[in-house]
Amino acid sequence: MTDALDTFPKLLARNAREFGAKPALREKEFGIWQALSWQQYHDKVRDFSLGLVSLGFERGDTVAIIGNNRPEWVCAELAAQGAGGASVGIYQDSNLNEVAFVIDHCDAKFVVAEDQEQVDKILDLIDQLPKLKNVIYTEPRGMRKYDHPTLVSFAAVEEKGRALNQAEPRRWEQNLAAGGGGDTAIICYTSGTTGFPKGALLTYDNLIVMGKSVNAVDAKWASDEFVSFLPLAWIGEQMVSLTNSLLVGFTINFPEDPNTVTEDIREIGPHTMFAPPRVWENMSSTVQVKIMDTTPFKRFMYHWAMPIGYKIADLKFKKQPLPFGLSLLHKLTYWALFRPLKDRLGLSNLRTCSTGGAALGPDVFRFFHALGVPLKQIYGQTEISGISCIHPDGDVQFHTVGKPIPGTEVKISADGEILSRSASITPGYYKNDAATAQTIRDGWLHSGDAGYLTDDGHLVVIDRIKDVMRLADGTQFSPQYIENRLKFSPYIKEAVVIGNDRPQLTAMICIDMSIVGKWAENQKISYTTYTDLAAREPVYGLLQQEVEKVNETLPLPAKLRRFVLLYKELDADDEELTRTRKVRRTFVAERYKDVIDALYSERTKVPIDTTIKFQDGKTARFQTVLLLRNLT
Amino acid sequence: MNVAQLEVNDITLRFGGVTAIKGVGFNVAQGSIHAIIGPNGAGKTSMLNCISGVYHPQEGRIALDGQDITALSPYARTRLGLARTFQNIALFKGMTVLDNLLIGRHTHQKAGLLAGGIYYGRGQKEEVIHREYVEDIIDFLEIEPIRKKTVGTLAYGLQKRVELARALALEPKILLLDEPMAGMNAEEKEDMARFVLDINDDRGTTIVMIEHDMGVVMDISNRVVVLNFGQKIADGTPDEVQRDSQVQKAYLGQDE
Repeated sequence: MTDALDTFPKLLARNAREFGAKPALREKEFGIWQALSWQQYHDKVRDFSLGLVSLGFERGDTVAIIGNNRPEWVCAELAAQGAGGASVGIYQDSNLNEVAFVIDHCDAKFVVAEDQEQVDKILDLIDQLPKLKNVIYTEPRGMRKYDHPTLVSFAAVEEKGRALNQAEPRRWEQNLAAGGGGDTAIICYTSGTTGFPKGALLTYDNLIVMGKSVNAVDAKWASDEFVSFLPLAWIGEQMVSLTNSLLVGFTINFPEDPNTVTEDIREIGPHTMFAPPRVWENMSSTVQVKIMDTTPFKRFMYHWAMPIGYKIADLKFKKQPLPFGLSLLHKLTYWALFRPLKDRLGLSNLRTCSTGGAALGPDVFRFFHALGVPLKQIYGQTEISGISCIHPDGDVQFHTVGKPIPGTEVKISADGEILSRSASITPGYYKNDAATAQTIRDGWLHSGDAGYLTDDGHLVVIDRIKDVMRLADGTQFSPQYIENRLKFSPYIKEAVVIGNDRPQLTAMICIDMSIVGKWAENQKISYTTYTDLAAREPVYGLLQQEVEKVNETLPLPAKLRRFVLLYKELDADDEELTRTRKVRRTFVAERYKDVIDALYSERTKVPIDTTIKFQDGKTARFQTVLLLRNLT
Repeated sequence: MNVAQLEVNDITLRFGGVTAIKGVGFNVAQGSIHAIIGPNGAGKTSMLNCISGVYHPQEGRIALDGQDITALSPYARTRLGLARTFQNIALFKGMTVLDNLLIGRHTHQKAGLLAGGIYYGRGQKEEVIHREYVEDIIDFLEIEPIRKKTVGTLAYGLQKRVELARALALEPKILLLDEPMAGMNAEEKEDMARFVLDINDDRGTTIVMIEHDMGVVMDISNRVVVLNFGQKIADGTPDEVQRDSQVQKAYLGQDE
């Protein structure tokens, strides 16, 4: 057996030897955190892997995995890799077509599905998936009457694996030894703002180099705790829950249920966190809403301590030393407010945390730094194994995405595109050479993002190149930039800015139901549904103020002239957003054509008659009238 | 196989001069889902109240597993394995979900006032066992996120689910559900129907339910009893009942 630790399963075996009984995975079940030690983790993976082998899994095959974050998810991935294959994660809220496309495109022989809901999706389409041999389910609940010949339970596969391990005790070691760093570890399907998803192949070398480089600038320790709640199909979650955990040996905690994440984070008190902007935005707006409701004393403490926190954070951003008086106040505010507040949010132990996937508002950034939470921005693509830039410790600038990590080069092409190069770049897309040739040229990954480098080497991302638009008179503007500004308002959940080849800019806005709803309650405005709330005259007034605030920061030709509040939230189930919650502009423009036409007319009202699609494929008809507002 | 677990024979229930139920009888087979339907005022809830022991019928006999329970009080029937939910939620609104469910375990708690009061030792050991059972139900009905929430603050659909959970905590052989889906939206109904099926399927619990949503009734029940003005007008599989002319008259009205 070779000693090189160049694959995930080999790292797993090493961790089992070195860490043994230390918890590797923890899952909250029946209200109690149940731990799986590195040894148990290893054994579970070995059994399942050999089980797959006895079901006919061969080297180079793939296993698709769909479900919520659970120990079985990561075990299934490592098991596929241990048998010399690759794993493909599917976003658990994908609809039927997306699931079928990925399973078929990646040539999966096995699918590991969490529960009845996911199994139903696959069995519905089983006729279109001739390459599929077995559907393996982890949660037997509700499955007793299912007798489809392809169905096998996770436990039954483990059982087969144990039998094979008895018969051939050296098989697992041989399987591990046969793997090498150049093998494909995962195929990561990018959600893609247009068309079908593309599957980026990532090798162990890609991922392990990336993990080591990130740890060099943003250290993780073996004693760390991490809560895994973002889709494991996403490269960012893969990076932490698999690569980094295997390299460093820290503990991954899986929440009890997607809806208990906040409480679970609080119980675990993670040392490291990685979350997209919406999670941080949510946390900061929750605090602000709750403060409105709390006792006068607590409110007073908050309003006394926060400005001090902001002052300290701003000095740190400018890298200036704290005056003596302020550092004394710092201690005081820490004990009076920040420590209990961080405890409430479960951030007490947090040593390092980052946000990625989209831009995070400066207000939110400042908020967390004021609390003393060292939030950093990360930038990268799936094709470069996730990360190319991160804020170095003590050098956080919120309009940038940080500096390239060790081993990564970043440059700007002649037409302003961000290019990057490192050992972590994907060898290509699976069965899509055309896309590969287009994205990776001369070893440089073409991100499709427009950006520039600052004098001190930080990267600034403006927008997707193809999303930089022009008004009819030729004025350039970045809709995403304006949308992000709008979304910094706590009342705005989603915004779509329109104006390409149009005389002026307009916006379609989705309100944040919980916060606007709270506001409406305080104003004694009664409402029933989202649609009803979004059509209220006072709500329009409130939102108008918010939009006008943003308008003040925009250059004259690129100011918003009209806006409308949409009657529903944009939803990934309706294909209006990607699974990572980016707006799919072309689709949205087509779907809300009537609304957009009305925005560019003199009308103040527009009737809506549409159908809404649910996750299970059902549709419902829907009628309402929208108001339109002019801005000065 | 189809052993009658619950036998209802010739029940007549009168309130003063009003006859709510008149000579109704039916058998509920072990492991089945049995629906009782009928127009408003047909005597459905009265029937369920007779089975659970809230009302005592003047005539007739009710037997559970062959044992006559007609004269038993509700708590005695609970010990024999009957549990129910109510049309209008009857939970302890000021207590948490968890506490409500633990109360459901009351019949199974053996520690006396003294042992329970001292807690450490026997009381604690018992508490752990019951908590485990309750957690299993919480997992089964997917109410983990609200485990420690006060019941009164929950949405209606969730309260209904908590009530079902509390009934399950009794470890019933027969579960009586009074309009489990009333007032729910389409999605909540679908969830509830799935839970009812899962309870029946995974736990082997016999289910007797009153329900107005015909789609659900026809979809999930094995057998349907139709009441009208306190009398049984049909008893059969969903298909048979749907084709019954009397049932059609009762629901659609009668041409004079």
